Amino acid sequence: MQQVFKRPASLKDVQTHFCPGCHHGTIHRLVAEAIDEFGVQKRTIGVASVGCSVFLYGYFDIDVVESPHGRAAAVATGVKRARPDSFVFTYQGDGDLAAIGTAEIIHAANRGENITVIFVNNTTYGMTGGQMAPTTLVGQKTSTSPFGRNQEKDGAPLRMAELLTQLEGVAFSARVAVNSPKNLMDAKRQIKKAFRYQVEGKGFSFIEALSACPTNWGMNPLAANERVGSEICAYFQPGVYKNRENL
Amino acid sequence: MKRLFVKGNEAVAMAAVEAGCRYYFGYPITPQSDIPEYFSRVLPGLNGEFIQAESEIAAINMLLGASATGVRAMTSSSGPGISLKQEGISYMAGSELPGVIVNISRSGPGLGGIDPSQADYFQAVKGGGHGGYHIIVLAPASVQEMYDLTMLAFDLADIYRTPAMVLADSVVGQMKEPLVPNKRGDTKLPAMDWIVRGKGDGEQRVVKSLFLGDGELEAHNWKLHAKYQQMKERECRWEEFETADAELLVAAFGTTARIAKTSVVMAREAGLKVGLLRPITLFPFPEKAFADVTKKCKRVLDIELNTGQMVEDVRLSVARDATVDFYGRPPGTGSLPTPEELFEQIKKHY
Repeated sequence: MQQVFKRPASLKDVQTHFCPGCHHGTIHRLVAEAIDEFGVQKRTIGVASVGCSVFLYGYFDIDVVESPHGRAAAVATGVKRARPDSFVFTYQGDGDLAAIGTAEIIHAANRGENITVIFVNNTTYGMTGGQMAPTTLVGQKTSTSPFGRNQEKDGAPLRMAELLTQLEGVAFSARVAVNSPKNLMDAKRQIKKAFRYQVEGKGFSFIEALSACPTNWGMNPLAANERVGSEICAYFQPGVYKNRENL
Repeated sequence: MKRLFVKGNEAVAMAAVEAGCRYYFGYPITPQSDIPEYFSRVLPGLNGEFIQAESEIAAINMLLGASATGVRAMTSSSGPGISLKQEGISYMAGSELPGVIVNISRSGPGLGGIDPSQADYFQAVKGGGHGGYHIIVLAPASVQEMYDLTMLAFDLADIYRTPAMVLADSVVGQMKEPLVPNKRGDTKLPAMDWIVRGKGDGEQRVVKSLFLGDGELEAHNWKLHAKYQQMKERECRWEEFETADAELLVAAFGTTARIAKTSVVMAREAGLKVGLLRPITLFPFPEKAFADVTKKCKRVLDIELNTGQMVEDVRLSVARDATVDFYGRPPGTGSLPTPEELFEQIKKHY
């Protein structure tokens, strides 16, 4: 008998704390598979951010530095500049990257730091209990937008994958969803492209992964998964927004 | 060894390079911009990295990341910028990361001014960020000490796995004096068996300050506390001048101590038995030195360029029956005292 499916070597054999239907585990797996396939586990340094993503080191069998809230891209800059031979990625949520860490992500991207950023967009602050995020959709009710996000007062949701393409330092920027087998396969392809940019020393690469947060959306896992494919993909359209070297 | 004639800020950067620091992350702010300027010239030729960060917040976090990999790295700033770095300093203290932070302080609060100031004492020694921690704080009073104490800061940071701060002001930062650029010593440093470098064939390593398990954070804090106690026992540094027979002890640090020393000489020439105790480490504070000197000398005059900060630590350290008076002026243009002004205060309190 041949084993055709197994846990990636870069993931630990442990239970996660993620809620039922949460996509973090799926995205972890795709990232871990890509680490394995590039053979970089032994020289990888992950940068964990603040939020549900912070427990990265509990699930990945790699060296990890924990960053203050929003500062992962700056921490990763320090790591990569000091150890240019290491493979460095950050894993950040939408509150972390697109609100408190906006300056850090834009400037790390603009400097063309040779790192990869995995940006998990679930349109809410998950860890703190479902508050309005910079990516919360207009009209979406959260614990701090109880009447729904009001574009006139709160602004429109930030599209980071598109925004970063304006910066010369960005080599690769793509948005993926992990809500269906087809989208999962594509997400894996794009993550591998992003990694390839770093492995070949070709500059800053960015993956935005649309993700479900059933608990804070007040939905069951199936309904939350469907929302990713409908409402969320409609505003945050998946696609490759920049691929400088056509990898 | 050949003597050089350099500014205090340059001495800081030269010492860092001699100490093996090849990574600098900073942001422009007066009166310390000579430091990033120096590194931007020198580090590229030494296979190092200089980054002018987008903010002080980014700079301290770049330092955090670089330090986590075990390299010697530093940042520098002044008052308002140091405030922005406090978040990162707290994380570095919590994650037990070495790293050197230089504060060529400004007068404040707020934007304040660029005049010499000692008003950042509390921020530096009482844990300027959240969560209850200490960092090593060294207070140079000359260009030579800017050099020597920066070098020491790197060693102490590595030995104790802690951020270390050099706290100075624009007098020592901008002043030019002769400097003997001493070579790096052979201080024995602990093995860096905790750094992240890619796990290779070994065990996973994690640099973090989040501890959620039952009892974990308390244990972590006791460990940090024990480290601070160890610093207090081993690392206190101070200068005593004419204290043996002193009837009045002047306490001052940094620039103010430099001025006060001249005033103490004036007092001695006038036949007054006055001595000076100058803390060089502000944390750990030389409590025992104050206790020892005030066994005999019962009057202390603490002088600072603020309205009274270090004086609290002096009062906690002196013998019970000693009295501590204070003279200080809030920092601002024209408020730097002259030796004559402090001599008058010495006579008044003698």
